[in-house]
Amino acid sequence: MAGLSRIRYGRAFVLLLTGAYFLVPLACAVAFSIGAGTPGRSIGFGAYTGVLGAGGFTDSLTLTLKLAAATIALVLALLVPALVTVRLAAPRLRTLVEIVCMLPLVVPAVALVAGISAVLRWGPDHFAGTPVFQALAALQDQNFPFVLVLAYTLMALPLAYRTLDAGIAAIDLRMLVEAARACRAPWPRTLLQVVLPNLRGALLNTAFLTLALVLGEYTVAAILGYQPFAVWILAISGSQAQMSVAVSVMGLLVTWVLLLVVATAGRAHHPKETS
Amino acid sequence: MTDLVSDLTPLSPARTGATVEFRGLRRAFGATTALDGLDLTVEPGELVALLGPSGCGKTTALRTLAGFERPDSGEVLVDGEDITGVPAHRRDAGMVFQSYSLFPHLTALDNVAFGLRMSGIRTAERRARAAELVELVGLPHHTGHYPHQLSGGQQQRIALARALALRPRVLLLDEPLSALDAQVRLTLREEIRRIQQQLGITTLFVTHDQEEALSMADRVAVMRAGRLEQCAPPAELYERPATAFVAEFVGVMSRIPARPGADDGTVHVLGRSLPVSGRLPGTGAAGGTGDVDVLVRPEAVEVTADENGTSRITGAAFLGATSRLTVRLANGAEVAADVPTHAMTRLPVGAAVTLTLAHRPVLVDRRRASGGAGS
Repeated sequence: MAGLSRIRYGRAFVLLLTGAYFLVPLACAVAFSIGAGTPGRSIGFGAYTGVLGAGGFTDSLTLTLKLAAATIALVLALLVPALVTVRLAAPRLRTLVEIVCMLPLVVPAVALVAGISAVLRWGPDHFAGTPVFQALAALQDQNFPFVLVLAYTLMALPLAYRTLDAGIAAIDLRMLVEAARACRAPWPRTLLQVVLPNLRGALLNTAFLTLALVLGEYTVAAILGYQPFAVWILAISGSQAQMSVAVSVMGLLVTWVLLLVVATAGRAHHPKETS
Repeated sequence: MTDLVSDLTPLSPARTGATVEFRGLRRAFGATTALDGLDLTVEPGELVALLGPSGCGKTTALRTLAGFERPDSGEVLVDGEDITGVPAHRRDAGMVFQSYSLFPHLTALDNVAFGLRMSGIRTAERRARAAELVELVGLPHHTGHYPHQLSGGQQQRIALARALALRPRVLLLDEPLSALDAQVRLTLREEIRRIQQQLGITTLFVTHDQEEALSMADRVAVMRAGRLEQCAPPAELYERPATAFVAEFVGVMSRIPARPGADDGTVHVLGRSLPVSGRLPGTGAAGGTGDVDVLVRPEAVEVTADENGTSRITGAAFLGATSRLTVRLANGAEVAADVPTHAMTRLPVGAAVTLTLAHRPVLVDRRRASGGAGS
């Protein structure tokens, strides 16, 4: 009995410690954002209500969401056909694909952006007047810097690979594909109407992780001179510290809500009839 | 079910099955040869079971016909047309797989209608036809169920309906019953056979279960190491096996050491001289002095309790109306013999017995190093 109590207290202590580790900084951030603890300031939600009107908020958030959408699309368009092909036709290449996809984990973002910068500086000198020059210029368009999509895609590969690979491993891919082919489904329709619906959970998780990565990515965007959401938050922190923390807290809450939505959508299994 | 089968007639008016031919099919996976020059012709409307041990190439042959494997050499012909290079989705072959292959995200009805959707058939028509097929396989109240809400047997019925929905020229069944429990297997194999006969669809059925093959098929093709050993109706396969492998793979066969008779047509076994019905390939020259084995089925062996007998019962297995005894001969060979179960009281394990063979022609093969009951 005494042993059981000890275990129970031990668990409570670990839970408390873990909770404190996460919640204390969050509580401090919320307290700071509403003005609590700052001498001479009244407590209020001004920082939160003022976010929407703050200069640059809408632009940076829109840019980030556009970048996230493009990154998710590119990651899925690259990885899903590649992983399906490797599973079905070239299982020996699996290790190679895994290594390639995991490589960005060991390349720091700073090193990645240094390489990208070097290419972007070097390219125009050598390709002036050619379509490559035009392409390099288009990559760096201020309204939609596609170069960031490329960088984010690279950075998202390890997470996306793990998630999609686990999703594919969880279904009998070969069986589903062959059953669809025997039902006269050509390859594209097999992929779209049989494989993808059965990878829904993995696709949603990949999309969510990629979105979270793009929402929080600072280094690459800042060094290349763009101002998506994370860069904007830091930019305003100098002049409007409370608001920058309020935005971060809101971002965290939105991420949690998204996580719950993804988890719920991944579990639900009642697609509407299609025949 | 019979009534439901007749309902399908409008789906396939005046259907005649297709002829399927494998010509010299070869397929190797690295160092393993799955098909080693397979030749087989399946007549229209026929159900042929591909039977053989694991790794004999039966599934590879089926997958080659379905278009999931490409042969290294050889041809696959359907109605005389070479389809070796035709992609799987244009082969017009319905397939039922071993493991449950229904699309988990679709209901039973949508699964059945999937192929019709791929063929561009209008919604109303495909729903009507899918419903008809779901009814055909006896699951009219399960149209809205998802695969995870169906039992294994129900899933395979829906898979069969899905394979038939497109009115394929050929139906391919890749061990569709092997994941089911015994009772469901029995019911489903009867239903599959009935539907196949009703539709007259040429069907290839892969199985490693000889009872399944012998009870369902018009002909059974026994395969070994990528080649066809024999393709014959079940009774012929059982009674007149073409090779020792077929003899011992299909049914139970025991080897009893024997001595060739003075003339070509007889053999001395268990103290009597019996006529030889056939010699298997590789048996020594006719009338020669080489040692031979006589191959006998358990039902052809008579067991009599005999205190002075030189054979001894070493095992007994209850099979229902009959029991199967394992009898060790004086020379060490083991023979399986079926006796009526009520006679078991006189034949306990350990009893000395005498074995007798009925005076019927017997199959002879050259002597093997070690004798014993085959299976």
